[in-house]
Amino acid sequence: MTTYNDFVIRFANVNGSGSASANGMFAKALFRMGVPISTHNIFPSNIEGLPTWFEVRASGRGYHGRRQGVDLMVAMNAETFDEDVAVVVPGGYLLHDNSGGLDPRLNRPDVNHIGVPIAKLVVSEYTDPRQRKLFKNIVYVGALAALLNIDFDVITGMVSTQYRGKDELIGPNIRALEIGRDYARDYLECPLPIQARRSDAIGDRIMIDGNEAGALGAIYAGATICAWYPITPSTSMAEAFEKHAARLRVDKDTGQHKFAVIQAEDEMAAIGIVIGAAWNGARAFTATSGPGLSLMSEFLGLAYFAEIPAVLFDIQRVGPSTGMPTRTQQGDVLAAAYASHGDTRHPLLFPSTPGESFEFAATAFDLADRLQTPIIVLSDLELGMNENLSDPLTWDDERRYDRGKVLSREDLDSIEDFGRYMDVDGDGIGYRTLPGTHPTKGAFFTRGTSRDAYARYTEAAEPYTANMDRLLVKWQTARTLMPAPEIGSRRHRVGIAYYGTTAVPMAEALHYLAQDGVRLDTMRIRAFPFPDAVADFIDAHDFVFVVEQNRDGQMRTLLVNEAGADPAKLVSVLSYGGLSITADTIRERILKHFDENNLARLTEVSGGQARRT
Amino acid sequence: MTFVAKPEVHHPQLPLNEIGLNRRDYEGLVSTLCAGCGHDSVSAALIQACAELAIPPHRFAKLSGIGCSSKTPNYFLGNSHGFNAVHGRMPSVATGANLANRSLYCIGVSGDGDSASIGIGQFAHIVRRRINMLYIVDNNGTYGLTKGQFSATNDKGSTSKRGVPNLYEPIDLVSMALDIGAGFVARSFSGDKGQLVPLIKAGLMHRGFSFIDVISPCVAFNNHNGSTKSYEFTRSHAASVVAADFVSPHEEITADYGPGEREVVEMPDGSRLHLRKLEEDYDPHDRAGALTYLQQAALDGEVVTGLLYVDSDGTDCHEILDTVDTPLSVLGEVELCPGQAALDGINAGFR
Repeated sequence: MTTYNDFVIRFANVNGSGSASANGMFAKALFRMGVPISTHNIFPSNIEGLPTWFEVRASGRGYHGRRQGVDLMVAMNAETFDEDVAVVVPGGYLLHDNSGGLDPRLNRPDVNHIGVPIAKLVVSEYTDPRQRKLFKNIVYVGALAALLNIDFDVITGMVSTQYRGKDELIGPNIRALEIGRDYARDYLECPLPIQARRSDAIGDRIMIDGNEAGALGAIYAGATICAWYPITPSTSMAEAFEKHAARLRVDKDTGQHKFAVIQAEDEMAAIGIVIGAAWNGARAFTATSGPGLSLMSEFLGLAYFAEIPAVLFDIQRVGPSTGMPTRTQQGDVLAAAYASHGDTRHPLLFPSTPGESFEFAATAFDLADRLQTPIIVLSDLELGMNENLSDPLTWDDERRYDRGKVLSREDLDSIEDFGRYMDVDGDGIGYRTLPGTHPTKGAFFTRGTSRDAYARYTEAAEPYTANMDRLLVKWQTARTLMPAPEIGSRRHRVGIAYYGTTAVPMAEALHYLAQDGVRLDTMRIRAFPFPDAVADFIDAHDFVFVVEQNRDGQMRTLLVNEAGADPAKLVSVLSYGGLSITADTIRERILKHFDENNLARLTEVSGGQARRT
Repeated sequence: MTFVAKPEVHHPQLPLNEIGLNRRDYEGLVSTLCAGCGHDSVSAALIQACAELAIPPHRFAKLSGIGCSSKTPNYFLGNSHGFNAVHGRMPSVATGANLANRSLYCIGVSGDGDSASIGIGQFAHIVRRRINMLYIVDNNGTYGLTKGQFSATNDKGSTSKRGVPNLYEPIDLVSMALDIGAGFVARSFSGDKGQLVPLIKAGLMHRGFSFIDVISPCVAFNNHNGSTKSYEFTRSHAASVVAADFVSPHEEITADYGPGEREVVEMPDGSRLHLRKLEEDYDPHDRAGALTYLQQAALDGEVVTGLLYVDSDGTDCHEILDTVDTPLSVLGEVELCPGQAALDGINAGFR
């Protein structure tokens, strides 16, 4: 039986062999046919030589999470051949280069072998060793086009677009595609029972990674200063900001830049530049990952205590320490929430999709200015570095930046008694003044040392505690401003909470679980401090699964600490091996919990009303 | 420290500068440093220099790190904003501040612990980025607030108050600044206001990174016999190579110079710097020569002061980054947000 637009194909390559652009072309071809896809780049911390994988999942249902098992493996790396053969599902396919004969390690009688003499085909066509190496990748894309019934014109059209201006490369690339396609057509059973077919399931959606979307969000939000230090997987965000700003932020008349990017000497300098710029009135941000967050902690405490807006994007990777720099995790939740010594807390945002990375970038700058404190956007490698389907980015042209409480010269003229840290409005947020505003009023000395409401140095207990207590009032104000959780149905006694990229496989996991008789209410947490709705959701359920990608259940800890949740009601579902969590894993863990505790699977509340505890 | 409250009444006959302000308008709070601390003399020199330049006091941004030196921005320019950052990280905060608003005069005050130890990385990088600011190090060779440990600028063999010699080689921030490309490099002495005030004025007017290392003795922990950062040692071993006289745009030249003794350096705002060579062989436009001269002088136990290097065509980070003339901090939605129409085009590029 032929199935359409529902398969996982994995490319096993050697890093630095030029496979990335060929594999990307393959994915884009499916996207242009209207096939909903998601991609996962599983790459090493290496320039050349180590194994690298690229996975494309086509799903007519629109399931974008990783799925266990590979339907078609393109095994181009001899070093990993054994493990690549092993992960193919029974009845699946393995495309390999049989120029050197049949690999004896191909020991899976339940897998269909598709041999293509790629090296031989390339050698007979090209003489340049570099071309021979690169075009091997293009040849297998050509063969896949025939095997999976991908529109050949779509692929050749992409080659023409990609190499526009370098026209001499178009002919040889198309030739390589044809060699692969013709071989498959002439010598293989083609097309396979798993096929692509034109679809309208994508609509107007785009394919973009979270780092680029976040960078565009920063541009739209009016960020003018980006200071950063290279660290995987955040680097591409700063680079995307610079790339787009160089086009979108140029003065029409003079050609001068309305932005400044500084590649700092380390992460401490990066956040220092951000804080200095924000103190002086500009919107500024940095992008980093776990090790950088650790280094920035001292400065984050300063910005918390001195109340300076700052925006930090933490594109999380596997920790602790250097961990796995090119694998994904949600391991910085607690480090970000409580970064720095003393009593500190920082608002967090948890985007789940590229579109939300764009939106939350803009939200973060408004919140930072409004709350006069650092805002940390917790993305991760999975979201940041993989191109995935997203609704088109949108911006309301009526939207105005919320620059928070900043006094103008005129304001200061009319104010008798200015104190930077006075809680005039009762929301815990004082009024800022910016350097250079007024000749004689509003100047103050910003410092990380204790001070009174007038920013005057003091070591007295009362003004210190009054200030710390005011910061708690501000924290309560923050709770009312953070994006609300996204809550699904309210009909069951058991719930499931998730955030960031654990949301990606959730629709699929819930679909499987429903088939198993388990139906759960859902809550996607989008921000910390938690709006009231988060605690209400937990209260309203017998227990709640908390799905996250770290070992210690960091969000669960935060829910217990900060939302007053009963620990007994929060059941962790954890995955932290470095690859993003799959729907299968979520389903297995949840079923196991029901079985081990002898719980009835059907937990629907009679009458459709959630029971409140 | 002083417990006497600062008098509120101004002397009616204090001279006014070009914008009608007197010296008191450039002062800050009463210092809490030890009586006789060199740093207070540096603050006094800053007050005098800024008043003489007739820049409105609120158009300065004052940045500092942590330590005795870094407290001083509270003691001058009380009508400008100051930022007492974290230890050794003032350069990054100053970088951000200057990038955000290029129209303010940026003054950074740091110490030898702040800049030569914990913050030496940030110091090096702000020099190479040519941030347009005046960066002063109040250099006393010791950690005052933690009670007298050696700092990295302390000379090898120089002794502590208890007579223990420093065992390690000193770091010379002046040589470092020269090596990495600072456009204006000077060394002075807190006890020589006549030299320091014109250097501060020139450093503020220079476009790019201006660095002044000010030997500023610590009366509590490093002013004894055996210390090479004491008042007495500095007075007896300081040798000025180039004296700088700062002349504001409309000021007449009143000093009497012999022919060939002075060189005029034009500053970006139309002011002029008159350089007088006190050492015949010294060329303040020769970076490599300055480094060699400093190294030889250090071997000879001499403290070279004065304007050591000036690049007449200074550039700064804004020029390198080609940013707009308007401060980035005042740009709003209209200038910064490309709008939905542009986003439609961007979306199309991702299909």
